[in-house]
Amino acid sequence: MTQSVVLQVGQCGNQIGCCFWGLALREHAAVNQKAIYDEAISSFFRNVDTRVVGDGGSISKGKICSLKARAVLIDMEEGVVNEILQGPLRDVFDSKQLITDISGSGNNWAVGHKVFGSLYQEQILEKLRKSAEHCDCLQCFFIIHSMGGGTGSGLGTFLLKVLEDEFPEVYRFVTSIYPSGEDDVITSPYNSMLAMKELNEHADCVLPIDNQSLFDIISKIDLMVNSGKLGTAIKPKSLVTSSAGAFKKRQEKPFDAMNNIVANLLLNLTSSARFEGSLNMDLNEISMNLVPFPQLHYLVSSLTPLYTLADVNIPSRRLDQMFSDAFSKDHQLIRADPKHSLYLACALMVRGNVQISDLRRNIERLKPSLRFVSWNQEGWKTSLCSVPPVGHSHSLLALANNTCVKPTFIELRERFTRLYRKRAHLHHYLQIEGMEESCFTEALSSLSALIQEYNQLDATKSMPAEELPRLSVAV
Amino acid sequence: MSIVTVQLGQCGNQIGFEVFDALFSDSHCPQGLCSKRENEAYQASCKERFFSEEENGVPIARAVLVDMEPKVINQTLSKAAHSGRWNYGQHSCFCQKQGSGNNWAYGYSVHGPRHEESIMNLIQKEVEKCDSLNGFFIIMSMAGGTGSGLGAFATQNLQDQYSNSLKMNQIIWPYGTGEVIVQNYNSILTLSHLYRSSDALLVHENDAVHKICAKLMNIKQISFRDINQVLAHQLGSVFQPTYSEEGSFHYRRNPLGDLMENLVPHPEFKMLGVRNIPQMSENSLAYSTFTWAGLLKHLRQMLISNAKMEEGIDWQVRPPLSGLPTRGKMSLNKEFHFNTSIANLVILRGKDVHSAELGAFKDPALYTSWLEPVHAFSVWKTQRAFSKYEKSAALVSNSQFLVKPLDTIVGKAWNMFASKAYIHQYTKFGIEEEDFLDSFTLLEQVIASYCNLGF
Repeated sequence: MTQSVVLQVGQCGNQIGCCFWGLALREHAAVNQKAIYDEAISSFFRNVDTRVVGDGGSISKGKICSLKARAVLIDMEEGVVNEILQGPLRDVFDSKQLITDISGSGNNWAVGHKVFGSLYQEQILEKLRKSAEHCDCLQCFFIIHSMGGGTGSGLGTFLLKVLEDEFPEVYRFVTSIYPSGEDDVITSPYNSMLAMKELNEHADCVLPIDNQSLFDIISKIDLMVNSGKLGTAIKPKSLVTSSAGAFKKRQEKPFDAMNNIVANLLLNLTSSARFEGSLNMDLNEISMNLVPFPQLHYLVSSLTPLYTLADVNIPSRRLDQMFSDAFSKDHQLIRADPKHSLYLACALMVRGNVQISDLRRNIERLKPSLRFVSWNQEGWKTSLCSVPPVGHSHSLLALANNTCVKPTFIELRERFTRLYRKRAHLHHYLQIEGMEESCFTEALSSLSALIQEYNQLDATKSMPAEELPRLSVAV
Repeated sequence: MSIVTVQLGQCGNQIGFEVFDALFSDSHCPQGLCSKRENEAYQASCKERFFSEEENGVPIARAVLVDMEPKVINQTLSKAAHSGRWNYGQHSCFCQKQGSGNNWAYGYSVHGPRHEESIMNLIQKEVEKCDSLNGFFIIMSMAGGTGSGLGAFATQNLQDQYSNSLKMNQIIWPYGTGEVIVQNYNSILTLSHLYRSSDALLVHENDAVHKICAKLMNIKQISFRDINQVLAHQLGSVFQPTYSEEGSFHYRRNPLGDLMENLVPHPEFKMLGVRNIPQMSENSLAYSTFTWAGLLKHLRQMLISNAKMEEGIDWQVRPPLSGLPTRGKMSLNKEFHFNTSIANLVILRGKDVHSAELGAFKDPALYTSWLEPVHAFSVWKTQRAFSKYEKSAALVSNSQFLVKPLDTIVGKAWNMFASKAYIHQYTKFGIEEEDFLDSFTLLEQVIASYCNLGF
């Protein structure tokens, strides 16, 4: 069993991270009723004897003493991290695994990346090494951040380069919150563009998410809950947006509902690696199967179901509905329509009481309406994990490497160009040491090259599959 | 003589458990339909082959469990321990933490050399427990990273270290509509490597077994457990003891050797398929009766029409009329084609087995011309019924059974290779485009050879 370390950077990253840890504890408490520190829980938590002074002696087996998250919290302002450390999850975090500053990055990627990057490089390395030492077998770093601000975007992507150099064998999975249309940070297009270049070059896998999609999902749920259409009530714990029954109840904050969706995404992503099932899928398999070419590592995700009705008997029609929903554009965590674009690869990660025949039936059913690239006509990766998420009897996470990410990137480029053309706010960046106009133009060409790759793939959509003649052998 | 089983990866270990369970249950089944002495001899033979004795009397499977991550092995061990009837050896498993990531190259080039010594030591210990070693049975899938890559590496090691012992690889052919996206790459790399180092490849296709579960066993929500149990039943029907010769009542001591001798006369042709009838749910079994004539008629037609199960057999397919010069090369595009065999082995178990009439299987029209039917066809029998079936008939065939599936996989892999998709994942660990091309070449050769059997 391997371990993963979560690196939460910036305000957004830390808020999502906080929700994640609350839900992770809830999930493990539900599964691990005897409170034994087992391999599953060790993937995200250390077991620490808090009586031992200093580092806290790690206990590898036996009863759970005190759980510490395998996390490093990074923020250049103190507000969010302080709140976390004073809140109900304070004991879950190792107070030494923090890097904070006071002044913040001013929504400036260059400050986050260049200024704070160089300032905190040593400390960052030290904390990372510490976390790695505590792991038996470290497989993956999960980075959570937003693209539009200064810290998450700048320092978060600086981190990627450090990780690549220091831990080249460990996977770097990045969960990135992309700015929505009505984003109130004026410089977010600059920040996002500069961050994109780093993601292109140093991330193994990126899960792009945007706030608008999360918000739409919440609206949808609210509508269903309040419409009275449902005969029976919804199980509160099952709402993908809620932290009901979470280990430590905190006061619900405005973004909590949205952050819980992202937190659930991460839990479901790692479930088949942590828990047993008849067809396991480890984290290294995600990259292997879903990244056909190194640059094309952006995965569109969707989670279903969003809630469970209190009605326990789920007929298989509902199960099939879960699969259909995963492909609808309303369930994607980024504004994208995979059904009408081209699939390069698709992964279905199922949890709960679902068997291989259910999976196969649904793949057969949905296949005709989906378009796969000619060299990967049956590009499905599947996994079955026996342990369902809290409040559900089954769930599905779909990860698609699909050209439907293209519009997000094109829009980003357009917003960037509109600002850059007028040189608006550019001086804030250029006055930082190490920043030049070439940083911007390079970032732009990096993104354009990526968009071009997707364009080329899309062009093949309408062409008939070209069959290369097979090798002929003399008999 | 004993067989040592090596279970590799999630698939190998999950199936391995069901196989030992099926073997054990059958050998202790009270409905053997034969005398007590007969039953005891059967049990003893099964035990010698597959289990060793522990002090407390619990039989220990002659198996080595290998996986690159711990979850499946832990589950397998605990299932065996809980059954209370048989168990795996306490120190028979080798586990790592990280898995192979569905990457053949990682399984073969990284895990293989790194853990070679430990794995071979484990196997050596198991071999030492045998009074006399018949050979190895290696259970693995082709689609993933450990079973496929590490399995190929381990088989090569067995070839080097135990060159006098036989190796049969039990390979699981993945579902056509993927379980793993790079399954076709992993499959062609596995097959080409195994072709060089294994003695025989016994293939089971997930799609075929799935259909058996759906249509014949009437299982509504099919799980991998169901699939593995059908598979285990098929394997048991081949490898449980049978009499050593016609008229004898002693059990065969060299099953692997006899099987290889009968079925693999030429190293170019190593791909074996299994059919087993009847196969049905226990409820249906209670209401069915069988005759050997009926079973053998169906089995023969399944052979020549390449039916994968007893339902939907195409009765139109007939052997070509003898006397006609050549039937020509097998066309891969034709839907229904006569399946030419190199060699066949039929295994009969149950009541009145000596009355079964097998002449139809000796028809020269079934076989390629370079072997006499008397050499191409063999039969094994035992009166002892298998697993509650009053009569059961199994067929192990070296024929054109697997040409189409092989051709399909090679085609898909080639198509993907042409675009170079995912290749960087393999080159990262030392498997270059050259290696892929070598694999393609070897397999195209195999396909061509099998297609030309009709000449």
